[in-house]
Amino acid sequence: MQHKVIDVQDVVIRFSGDSGDGMQLTGTLFADASALLGNEISTFPDFPAEIRAPQGTVAGVSGFQVHVGNCAVHTPGDYCDVLVAMNPAALKCNAKWAKPTATIIVDIDTFDAKSIAKAGFLTSDPFEELDIKKMNVVYAPITSLTRESLKDSGQDPKVILRSKNMFALGICFFMYNMPLNYTEEYFLKKFKKNPLLVDINKKVLKDGFNYAGNIQAIADTYFIQPPKHKKGIYRNINGNQATAWGLMAASEKSGRPLFCGSYPITPATAILEELAAHKELGIKTLQCEDEIAGICTSIGASYAGSLAVTSTSGPGFSLKSEALGLAVITELPLVVVNVQRSGPSTGIPTKTEQTDLNQALYGRNGECPIAIIASHSPSHCFDAAFYAAKHALEYMMPVILLSEGFLGNGSEPWLIPSMKDYPAINPPIIDTLPQDEPYFYPFKRDEKTLARRWALPGTPNLEHRIGGLEKNHKGAVSSDPLVHEQMVAERAEKIERLAQEIPLQKVIGEQDADVLIVSWGGTYGHMLSAIDQLHKENKSVSLAHFDYISPLPLNTSDIFGKFKKIIVCELNSGQFANYLRAKFPQYQFMQYNKVQGQPFIVAEIVEAVKNIL
Amino acid sequence: MKFTPQDFKSDQEVKWCPGCGDHAVLASVQRALPEVSEALGYSHERYVFVSGIGCSSRFPYYMKTYGFHGIHGRAAAIATGIKVANPTLSVWEMTGDGDSLAIGGNHLIHAIRRNIDINIVLFNNRIYGLTKGQYSPTSKWGTVTKTSPFGTVEHPFIPGALVMGARGTFFARTLDVELQLTQDILVEAAKHDGTALVEVMQNCVIFNDKTHAEISDREVRADRTIVLRHGQPMIFGKNKDKGLILDGIRLKAVTIGQDGITADDILVHNAEEENHGIHMMLCEMQWPELPVALGVIRKVKDRTYDDMVRDQVLEIANNSSIRCMDDLLHSGSTWEIK
Repeated sequence: MQHKVIDVQDVVIRFSGDSGDGMQLTGTLFADASALLGNEISTFPDFPAEIRAPQGTVAGVSGFQVHVGNCAVHTPGDYCDVLVAMNPAALKCNAKWAKPTATIIVDIDTFDAKSIAKAGFLTSDPFEELDIKKMNVVYAPITSLTRESLKDSGQDPKVILRSKNMFALGICFFMYNMPLNYTEEYFLKKFKKNPLLVDINKKVLKDGFNYAGNIQAIADTYFIQPPKHKKGIYRNINGNQATAWGLMAASEKSGRPLFCGSYPITPATAILEELAAHKELGIKTLQCEDEIAGICTSIGASYAGSLAVTSTSGPGFSLKSEALGLAVITELPLVVVNVQRSGPSTGIPTKTEQTDLNQALYGRNGECPIAIIASHSPSHCFDAAFYAAKHALEYMMPVILLSEGFLGNGSEPWLIPSMKDYPAINPPIIDTLPQDEPYFYPFKRDEKTLARRWALPGTPNLEHRIGGLEKNHKGAVSSDPLVHEQMVAERAEKIERLAQEIPLQKVIGEQDADVLIVSWGGTYGHMLSAIDQLHKENKSVSLAHFDYISPLPLNTSDIFGKFKKIIVCELNSGQFANYLRAKFPQYQFMQYNKVQGQPFIVAEIVEAVKNIL
Repeated sequence: MKFTPQDFKSDQEVKWCPGCGDHAVLASVQRALPEVSEALGYSHERYVFVSGIGCSSRFPYYMKTYGFHGIHGRAAAIATGIKVANPTLSVWEMTGDGDSLAIGGNHLIHAIRRNIDINIVLFNNRIYGLTKGQYSPTSKWGTVTKTSPFGTVEHPFIPGALVMGARGTFFARTLDVELQLTQDILVEAAKHDGTALVEVMQNCVIFNDKTHAEISDREVRADRTIVLRHGQPMIFGKNKDKGLILDGIRLKAVTIGQDGITADDILVHNAEEENHGIHMMLCEMQWPELPVALGVIRKVKDRTYDDMVRDQVLEIANNSSIRCMDDLLHSGSTWEIK
């Protein structure tokens, strides 16, 4: 049969199945193959907190959405063009994410009465019940065909069934005219020690691909012409890896060895794992007994002269609060990475949110401001982490880096930067006692930055004591009311001084449109897509997306003053909006918020903005 | 390196109550450091004193060394970070029974478990002093305090037993009033590679006065305590006529010359025995059943955490083709667009 090949700009595919079905891997392999062809990609894993929730139930459904295209792939996509559902529960969960024109591929073998009931369908016909019968549904017997494909392999039936995700991947590769070789190479690497598994996976992948070519159900196939990218060498990177690498880059640029004391917590764990894997660059990681030890060992390492980092997510960030105050009052460099997840308390651990902003801004006892930087895309995590470390080291203060589960787990192709393009980092290390000090004064400040000097234990003649008690500039414990007030003011002023060197805030679109959309952090891609859409519709709208939360860029107020209306869009109930209201009471801030543990949908932002135009 | 105690005294006024046992510990530490420096060749700037919160945690301010006064309970974690970051430093944690056994219990046992090379001096006065007299995790059963007006109904921790339970490599115990013994023990602790925990039974003159008096009073001390020395028989008493023997699976105090007991029957202390069975029993000895054990009870060799972290980093760095960030950025799967 001759298929028609249709050129498309982009495609969104959502792979879904039981959390044991390997959907994360399937999606990743599709994304990697697309990226290696030169396409832009953006991915979004959507998995349950349970490692193996009850099989066949809606609670156990794991999804991985990948957006592939040749231009403007800013997000993993709102709705999908292809939905792969490996069982009835996956279909029930994800049918709502399929575009009306979508192709839905189901493993029809799994649609027996028992499984249909287990998924919570009320009738025996899930397709009717979901009202998707008129859509292009491919009823593929994936389980039985996989079994058939490997019947001569001599493998255990369980091993055979485990490879059925590759059959589904093969179907998708056929639909998008993609070559199998990248994935085959992956098998070779992954199963280096077990050639039999290489053969099995290759065969099932190929059989899936051929099956798709042989059936009538897939009439047309698609082709995404890879875009003309900027020349250079690329790699895929996810946000947590980029965060780890950005910190490592800052370590190299500053000459300060990297130390990370941390405790595993979803979705931040991969940062600790990544740092632990790179001892070749002198990194020391310590998996601590708890979150508090994570930050306290880091504070100790900072005192001893390391670029110290602790990584965590919301609940762990709560536990670190007291020690954060210690880092503030001792004025030691420290980067605290909070990969935000849905809260409060344990909340929805695997889902993304921007709900820890208030905690980062205010969640400590005493007057205790901390500089805050937010990452805005998986690859931007590299720069955000680099500059968080740079500011911490040069200003002698803790810096909070806010990432999000959406960024940490999401990945995208990245034009590999060169370290020569990054600035030097110059921490104010002191190695000899100045002539005008009888002994080292630990809180004497630099006039420009207000940073104190860093005297590392082991340096002769600079012995000094610091700690959680308020002190004067000479380092003596002091409860003098005016000394305290001055030190409080200086610690706050130090953050404001940082504003002098951070980039001015950019506005995308006209500098004085009718509406300014304000956003921050991981919603960047969605905001870009929304503004693209609004501009296509000739709407007078601009976007200011903030990476620096504290301090804010110096031109922030000027920007706000040029717009008739300002709407702050964020994945919380209005935390950034309230912060801006307190800073700039002269402006009115409207809000668009979502607190569902899910990223924005571009269409809903476009709609919200149109409503106020 | 030749130093005197004066070289370790800061210019800060010592603000502990008159008569507090902490003064004696401070004096012992300041006397021990010159000896440590001479024995190990340590320069003055290598010492770092770290503390948590509590009366004893003011200690770093009184030392003319690097010092870090942390937050409640976290001294062990801060000290761990300092030592792992720079293993050449001589790191001392000064802590109390509330700081390290209540709020900081978790960090303490994990520091010991890892055998990180720090010296922990645990001031045990069995009371919260800085908050003005509440019971602590080492307060004896029935202790009446402001938060236990009818007496406590909980078992106290025995710090040495926790060290053994966490497979610690060094434990010693001393009395604040035994300045020379404390000094000798501190030098031993400094020489030990690994977590060295020194319990100082210390008197709080204001809120728990004489808590250790039944064993520490000069008239009775020799009969109610035993100073253990590696390789020496476990003999004690004013007349050096009492000793410890193993009676079945328990320790028993005996008098030499009575009931046919001779000097040869007395156990010989082996602090270097890996099996901590006897060490645990020695830690748990309580008067009046048995004398309270002082001296170095356990001192065994093992690899230290900070050394192993450093060695792993060096070994992997030596065998890796990735030497810098640019190497790493281009490692693994990449593709070029021309």
